[in-house]
Amino acid sequence: MQPFTSVTGVALPLLQDDINTDQIAPIPTQRSLKPDYQALFFSRARRSADDSLDPAHILNQPQFAAPSIFVTGRNFGCGSSREGAVWTMMAVGVTCIIARSIADLYRENCLQNGVLPVELPDPVAEAFEKRVVAANGAAPFTVNLETQTISGPGGADIRFDISDADRTRLLEGLDDIGMSLKHTREIGAWEARTSVGAPWLQRAVRRPGIEPTA
Amino acid sequence: MTTQPRTMFDKLWDAHFVARRLDGRDMIYIDRHVLHELHAPHAFEQLQKQQRGVRRADLTFSMQDHTVATKPGRTQSTNPDGEQFQVAMREGSLRHGIRLFDLGDPEQGISHVVAPELGLVLPGATHAVPDSHACTVGGLGALGIGCGTSELEHILITQTLAMKRPRSMRITLEGQLHPYVSAKDLSLRILALFGPSFGRGYAIEFAGEAVRALSIEARLTLCNLAIEMGSRSGFVAPDEKTFAYLKGRPYAPQGAEWEAALAQWRLLRSDEGAAFDKELRVDCADLAPQITWGTDLSQTISVTDKVPDLAGDPETRTKSERALAYMGLEAGQAMLGLKIDRVFIGSCTNARISDLRTAAQIIKGKRVAPGVTAMAVPGSTSVKRAAEAEGLDGIFRDAGFFWGESGCSMCAGGNGDRGSPQERIVSTTNRNFEGRQGKGVRSHLSGVEVAAASAIAGVIADPRAID
Ligand code: SF4
Repeated sequence: MQPFTSVTGVALPLLQDDINTDQIAPIPTQRSLKPDYQALFFSRARRSADDSLDPAHILNQPQFAAPSIFVTGRNFGCGSSREGAVWTMMAVGVTCIIARSIADLYRENCLQNGVLPVELPDPVAEAFEKRVVAANGAAPFTVNLETQTISGPGGADIRFDISDADRTRLLEGLDDIGMSLKHTREIGAWEARTSVGAPWLQRAVRRPGIEPTA
Repeated sequence: MTTQPRTMFDKLWDAHFVARRLDGRDMIYIDRHVLHELHAPHAFEQLQKQQRGVRRADLTFSMQDHTVATKPGRTQSTNPDGEQFQVAMREGSLRHGIRLFDLGDPEQGISHVVAPELGLVLPGATHAVPDSHACTVGGLGALGIGCGTSELEHILITQTLAMKRPRSMRITLEGQLHPYVSAKDLSLRILALFGPSFGRGYAIEFAGEAVRALSIEARLTLCNLAIEMGSRSGFVAPDEKTFAYLKGRPYAPQGAEWEAALAQWRLLRSDEGAAFDKELRVDCADLAPQITWGTDLSQTISVTDKVPDLAGDPETRTKSERALAYMGLEAGQAMLGLKIDRVFIGSCTNARISDLRTAAQIIKGKRVAPGVTAMAVPGSTSVKRAAEAEGLDGIFRDAGFFWGESGCSMCAGGNGDRGSPQERIVSTTNRNFEGRQGKGVRSHLSGVEVAAASAIAGVIADPRAID
């Protein structure tokens, strides 16, 4: 995984609560195994009733054509587990999401892909959102994970919290599966223990004539 | 030796703990892993690229559900967009020796419906699906965990999931439900009271008199909506009903092993005095049938209520104004009598045999109102067969319902079943998000009772008032 240290670029404010993954990456428009994730990015929300791009929508404004930082409200990324809702973000260039809060599954999906999820408490978020709106895409913001600060026009640097474990994972670009494979022996030990203690959980479930043989 | 009283969640988590990782996450063993064709093909491709195998293909199961057509006589090409997903799913499953519930399989269906009915879900087991409604299976006392695509790949390779240990919450539901009020109404009511994210970071145990009284199928419905509360897992402690439900199911333990399992399952509950990180209580005694008016599940009211006026509430004002505009409604408007275009009875929330029986009872001998398109899509092929054996299909068809082959169908529109812009739908599914059931579609979520009654009335109707 690509390590994340810092990002500098346009901060795009979509200041709503409860934006769900159906909005970020709508399923019915995902008609291909390899969709164009860039085109999928809020593909329905940014269109008018006649399917044309709505020029008034913030996502269609030229200054926000190449965002790096996505700024939003509470419970961002709720709804379905689809990881495509993170991949669309990355496809348009976003590598950091700053929200008042982020849904658990979405936050995990961000970490899996080296996207930095930042959650700011309300009073801090409110002041920051104002600065982002005022900047209107004209001046860049920087989010630095090493120093855990957000800087940019309109005010002082903002410090944010993130757990040490998540921070290290992103900074070092730790490979998720690699981290777990270090524990292969413990996985084997768990299986051996359970085969004795609760064999119905471990026994290969096979119904003759129905299940395939590997 | 004295031990601290533990919650059921503690017992489940500790029993599945494998190791703590460098990043502070716990690796939790996954006892059953069920895939579906919308997300698994991507992971299969990654495995191929990295030349990795599946650790426990024997504990992994593949379901075709999200993209399959519902038309009688369907093939993989009936929904042209779905074909590539289904083909990739078949190839990947075959390559790794994973049992595939394909089109035409007598046990095919929505994963969260099929897994319980086959006994693939067991009390005290962990159950992962790359789908957020994996929490459904908590109705049987399992820990269902919805996961993303990278996590799915991680499980295929390691048979574990790396997660931060969630905190524990108990919601105690007190009182007895009236007729025509069901588990769906319970979960919608909880969402109306506490909002769409109060469960973030928690595993939720549903307890109390109202929960104990629910059938197993109803408990599955209740747990189905845990994710809408923000929680990845919701569950109900198993009891004699759970054991009776599972006994003799094809994948459930048999004989002496059944007895041994039973002895362990009987200990699976929160100990007296166990501490929860959060406790909530809801009195359900006077609960009326619920319905959503907005585009978020917390925007729920009793079917007899009027759309609330939230203009004075700065917190929710913008959100509710936006929802009202999308839904074509005004504050103060009554829900009862609102004209509808479509009714959908289906999905992993409400398409089990008990749901179809309830709906059939309401519509029996009646006709769907003119101008309303009504669909009933069984949650699994087994449910469909059982319904047909009881003659329920005839009741639906005679009333003017479309009777389809099993799958997710209109729940997310991934199979081509969609509404058209501005259509108003009463739907038994679990998400009323903008555009979920088609661009511009206005979805009102309810239990089967309200949906069935509304299909007949042609307007949103109170099932208690239909005779
Ligand atoms: S029925 Fe709907 S919610 Fe359930 S698995 Fe299918 S798409 Fe997801």
